[in-house]
Amino acid sequence: MRIVEKTTRGETVSFSFNGKSYTGYKGESVACALFACGVKTLRHSPIKGEPRGFFCLMGSCQECLIWVDKQKKPACQVPVSDGMEIASITQEDM
Amino acid sequence: MNPDIDLLIIGAGPAGICAALSAIRYNLNVVLVDQNHNAGGQVFRPLPAEFSNPSPPDQGSLLRQQLADSSVRCYFEHTIWNISSDLRVDAVGSQGPVHWQCKAILVATGTTERVVPFPGWTLPGVFGLAAATIMLKSQRMLPGTETLLAGCGPLLSAVATGVLDGGGKLAGIVDSASRWDWIKTSPKLMSRPDLSWQGAKWLHQIYQSGTPFYSRHVIEKIEIAESARLKVTLAPINAEKRLLDNPRHFIYTDSVVVGNGLTPSTDITRLLRAKHHFDRQLGGWVVTTDSECRTSVSGIYAAGDGCGVSGAAAAMKQGELAGLSVAHDQNRLDEHSYKRQETKIKNEWLKASRFGRAMGGLMALPKGLVMNIPATTIVCRCEDVTRADIEAAIKEGATSMDQIKAWTRCGMGPCQGRTCSEIAAELAAEKLTCTREMLGYFTGRAPLRPVSLEQLTGEYSYADIPLPKAAPL
Repeated sequence: MRIVEKTTRGETVSFSFNGKSYTGYKGESVACALFACGVKTLRHSPIKGEPRGFFCLMGSCQECLIWVDKQKKPACQVPVSDGMEIASITQEDM
Repeated sequence: MNPDIDLLIIGAGPAGICAALSAIRYNLNVVLVDQNHNAGGQVFRPLPAEFSNPSPPDQGSLLRQQLADSSVRCYFEHTIWNISSDLRVDAVGSQGPVHWQCKAILVATGTTERVVPFPGWTLPGVFGLAAATIMLKSQRMLPGTETLLAGCGPLLSAVATGVLDGGGKLAGIVDSASRWDWIKTSPKLMSRPDLSWQGAKWLHQIYQSGTPFYSRHVIEKIEIAESARLKVTLAPINAEKRLLDNPRHFIYTDSVVVGNGLTPSTDITRLLRAKHHFDRQLGGWVVTTDSECRTSVSGIYAAGDGCGVSGAAAAMKQGELAGLSVAHDQNRLDEHSYKRQETKIKNEWLKASRFGRAMGGLMALPKGLVMNIPATTIVCRCEDVTRADIEAAIKEGATSMDQIKAWTRCGMGPCQGRTCSEIAAELAAEKLTCTREMLGYFTGRAPLRPVSLEQLTGEYSYADIPLPKAAPL
């Protein structure tokens, strides 16, 4: 998924999502880093409970909201960092 | 309190950057605020600081360099959540809450992408053309191991070639426009032969790749298939963009990227109660400005695609004009110099917008496309509100956007209608047999983006609240 040509990435980082460990690169957003690891579902919709992933990637649609640093933040606006712990927002949380 | 801020610019895209660089020429004290980590907006999206790019500097990097070398005070990674009528701007950054008191504010927040719903559009792995552009440009990531692109407008070819250049695989391209729609636009596109040539090269590259291309087709539905893949059903449409009965095509793929044009971001201007007008060709509801970028609210200016989809080149010129206009309104230059500059920039802006507006026109929302949406399909993603829910509210007596919102919760979620309002409005106008103008839009409310009380209060706790002694009875 990551384009290699004409790109030099920074250091790798280790982070967790819902308790599972993943690797990404510094500078990647949580949304994209998870996507590159094959994780497309970030939460479930509040009323129908359907799986949702990122949609606009620019901080507008709020579909990619996740728990990070005890705050609800859009995963597309949060850069991954080493040791970061991320969790899905449950239907009750919404 | 910072009463020394002459101009606060919201949005560091092409319009915002050029407005900032223009305003400082007249010694204005300028602050530029953006949610992203650096300037560039959507069209000049920067790479993360941690990535390095061996390519020669492009227009985006040149603008960022000019900005960095200037006296403009940039506040990146700041999210504005409120603006009050006395021009106090409140934002949250990594260090906590900030606010600025300004003499003038320029809204240069551009557009958001519009996607017309269909069954399965909310599935993970289905996202916007603009989102795919962000992945390619600023994360150097392909939108999928295999990707199907659908929608309309120039973004389709831009993303297609981005995927091909990145070594990715395209399952197909589904364009709702017909070849005739494109041909009709080409005389206007000729005003920018360089960009038209770029477009032609893209089409050639796509043709050479052998990617299946479906003209005048739309995605009818997406379903989950085996091995976590997606099964996409394509359907042909007529000139009014309504589904035809003809046989369907089925495509299996990993990701689906879809976009049906751009619509101006009006959340800030609606919050400030500025006057708006509806123009389908310019993207929908547009903040009304005079020829010097002033909105109907004193001290509030607007520039760029937010004033009507006109492209990056036009946005840069309009931004420059806005900077000049603010300087003029704050008596920073003599009438003669102002007139000379004003005429020059306005002419350049007119020329630049010819191409951009022609492109914008290709992305106008056709009512027919919205009418295809099945009753049980979700329109408001935040609150899982379907087309049937919206139409039921109207049957029960809802006659405005705010009433539809109150009845169904459509537009009440975290995105505050940014994703769904155009679609909901189109459906409602049809049901009420009224115009989009008559129907109106959601009243703008703070916070502009979700923000927690903790982000605003920080270390301040309940125990810190000073309680005055109760008065004796």
